[in-house]
Amino acid sequence: MNHAPLAAAFVKDRPRAEWHDATLWFVRAKRDKAAQSLPEWETLRECAAQIKAHTQYRLADYLEQFEREATKRGAVVHWARDAAEHNKIVLGLLRNRGVTRLVKSKSMLTEECHLNPYLERNGIEVVDTDLGERIVQLAGEPPSHIVLPAIHKKKEDVGAIFHKFLGTEEGATDPNYLAEAARAHLRAKFVAAGAGLTGVNFAIAETGGLVVCTNEGNADLGVSLPKLHIASMGIEKLIPRAEDLGVFIRLLARSATGQPITAYTSHFHGPRPSGELHIVLVDNGRTGIRANEDFRRSLNCIRCGACMNTCPVYRRSGGHSYETSVPGPIGSILAPAGDPAKFYSLPQACSLCGSCTDVCPVKIDLHHQLLTWRGELGRQGLISWPKRLGMKLGSFMFRHPAVYRMVGAIARKLTPWLPRAVVYNRFNDWGRQRELPEFPRESFRQQFERRQREQQR
Amino acid sequence: MNSKDRILSDLRSQQLPAAELPSLDQAWTRYEDPSAQFTSLVESVGGRVVRLPSQGDLPAALAEIQAFTAAQQIVSGVAEIVGNVDLTQVDDPHALETVDFAVFPGEFAVAENGAVWVTDERVPHRAIYFITQHLALVVAADQMVHHLHEAYARISLGTSSLGVFISGPSKTADIEQSLVIGAHGPRSLTVFLIG
Amino acid sequence: MPTVGLFIPCYIDQLYPRVGMATVELLEERGYQVEFPAGQTCCGQPMANTGCTAEARPLAERFLELFGGYEYVVAPSGSCVAMVRCHYDEYLAGRPGFEELKAKTFELTEFLVDVAKVDRFDRRFPHRVGLHQSCHGLRELRLGSSSERMVAHYSKAEKLLRMIDGVQLVPLARADECCGFGGTFAVAEEAISCMMGEDRIHDHESAGAEVITAGDMSCLMHLQGLIRRQHKPLRVMHIAEILAGDKP
Repeated sequence: MNHAPLAAAFVKDRPRAEWHDATLWFVRAKRDKAAQSLPEWETLRECAAQIKAHTQYRLADYLEQFEREATKRGAVVHWARDAAEHNKIVLGLLRNRGVTRLVKSKSMLTEECHLNPYLERNGIEVVDTDLGERIVQLAGEPPSHIVLPAIHKKKEDVGAIFHKFLGTEEGATDPNYLAEAARAHLRAKFVAAGAGLTGVNFAIAETGGLVVCTNEGNADLGVSLPKLHIASMGIEKLIPRAEDLGVFIRLLARSATGQPITAYTSHFHGPRPSGELHIVLVDNGRTGIRANEDFRRSLNCIRCGACMNTCPVYRRSGGHSYETSVPGPIGSILAPAGDPAKFYSLPQACSLCGSCTDVCPVKIDLHHQLLTWRGELGRQGLISWPKRLGMKLGSFMFRHPAVYRMVGAIARKLTPWLPRAVVYNRFNDWGRQRELPEFPRESFRQQFERRQREQQR
Repeated sequence: MNSKDRILSDLRSQQLPAAELPSLDQAWTRYEDPSAQFTSLVESVGGRVVRLPSQGDLPAALAEIQAFTAAQQIVSGVAEIVGNVDLTQVDDPHALETVDFAVFPGEFAVAENGAVWVTDERVPHRAIYFITQHLALVVAADQMVHHLHEAYARISLGTSSLGVFISGPSKTADIEQSLVIGAHGPRSLTVFLIG
Repeated sequence: MPTVGLFIPCYIDQLYPRVGMATVELLEERGYQVEFPAGQTCCGQPMANTGCTAEARPLAERFLELFGGYEYVVAPSGSCVAMVRCHYDEYLAGRPGFEELKAKTFELTEFLVDVAKVDRFDRRFPHRVGLHQSCHGLRELRLGSSSERMVAHYSKAEKLLRMIDGVQLVPLARADECCGFGGTFAVAEEAISCMMGEDRIHDHESAGAEVITAGDMSCLMHLQGLIRRQHKPLRVMHIAEILAGDKP
């Protein structure tokens, strides 16, 4: 896949791209306000980064501690090496209990594992219960943002989807009316479900517990009605102690949407009375990333989405232009780790502005890792040949000042004389929407050298 | 080798630089008027805070709430309010789908984010917190902490199968970022601060 | 008199010589002797940013060779200086003189504020100026407080501009959003690049700017390209030109 043409297609509908950009900038602005309200904001970020670094360092020990504590409290812990194994485990749990209807709250991990289509192929009805996820599920699309899955949809779009699938009035766009219809629809699904699956925002090694944060209460409804609760988590979601949650819960919602906390921050320890809790720990390439000191810190990610909201490229190209479960800056680091040949264009879908790094609550050096990826992809031969050729020629020229001076002089002399149609042609990507700079008669060095000579007289 | 062993052995074969936990003993923000901070945050997300001198004032206060007076099915976890659905007599939480109003005690409140900590200890069906159409929580006003670090210091995490910070009615902004109060969970949250 | 080795990025050398000259004038008027090592060409950033690190390496080595002997190295370019201080480690770590080079290589505004300790200019520039905070200078060199971080506000460029009589800095809606140049990004992701540039221009226009200034001519070259194509009356000037007393 290639991000650039998908992005260009998104920008083509300029009013819509501007609306998408403004909407996400507003979320960034809300984040700023929330961060400003806490004088200790930068201290929290530093603590979070250090807690994650420590957890990474002792990850094996903490995973074992987590399993022990969770098991003590009656949960069953499974380990999945990869996406396929995770999916198999989940299906097995459902099949063994004769469950055919599953309700799911937001889990980017299950998107990563492509769980939904797998379960559906195997006869399980899967209902995504986060409203944004349900909207895109009905629309047959993947989410375009990890926190705001339907951010690319206008209320007219939602109205049309709900008219088709929920029987709402044609042309209805009032969010209250549409949300009310979704409430009734999804409540029926909660009640009919045989099992509930959640993601995990944080898992606590000390207590064997899971934390799930929602605004809608959909995770809680999903696991408090059916008897079976399945929790899917990446192994990097672990934190050592209950007190560490203070740091992360204070950072998460503020970074994501500018709220001090979500409506529901639920801490699960073991199953509910007469219920079952199965926790699936998933690797799926995370141990590989941990091994690489350049990219290890990307495992700090708490999936807040702040990097997407602040990214000027993401805002103007939309999550679907990345064609991966987690888009934006963090996604452009994680996706190539799994499939560099497919996702080579993502680290290039970036102007290296560094805004992502500065909003990241766990201080991932996102823009530096994106640059490192470019070098890595270069070493793997995954840079387009025109780029490589251009850089080889450029490097040659810059290593030979006489050649450089000559090329510069020719460009400056010739270009002003060329007919406009020759300069601005379909090979000149710069010139599609921009004028070239003016070409001065003398270069700086010519002027400086002349000035030196005059001063010496 | 099973997956657990493979994952653990891969992790242990990697050499990472040592990294220690930071001290969380920092100058975290404290509020001059924690109740005021708490109240303004609950209200900013569509919740309501009502100050009462004592728990005995609860019946009169609830009688002023339309959702309560109109409620056909009420679950109460506080002695002063009489409900007509007894959770101990309910086998299956699915039966709670028709509950209109639920009143429960909260252990403490958090000023920095307007949250109340509740658990499923002494609550036979935790679904009630989420499936009820309207929720009220009753918290002693002197059980107010400034921030989450204080909160986690006083919780014995792991002693109940569910502990949840509830900071408002359920809500969503998934339809073109328009805030809708009352998504899947309760449509309203009223917090009674007692004393 | 302390000697400054002047580094002039290739595109300033060839396309915007006045920016280089203004830089020389600013340094000389503060008492520095300016030398321009003739063998210089490019810091290697375009190669590194495209992932062609093997092509960047010889240019990094060349830079160390040419500039290692100076007391100070100054460039009117945040992105080139960021390349030297933040991204040359990959090529030059452990080389003799490299740590010293990093410590003595400065972007122009930080040199004027922190080393030359400039606190006044006897110049006038009675115009409404939009300050574009180029990303490398802002977030790599920390020439100013980025809006994302909760730190006290500061900006070396702003400090200098406020010393010029008559400058009115206009308030922008997005104080430090990227202009969209991004190097080869400007061409490889042309649609996004131009939308970002146009959005910056609209911000400055709405704020009433007559002149857009920045510490990086690459940003300004990109914005100027859009401005000229759309025949807008906005001017762009590198901060060196304003500080040196040029008129728009």
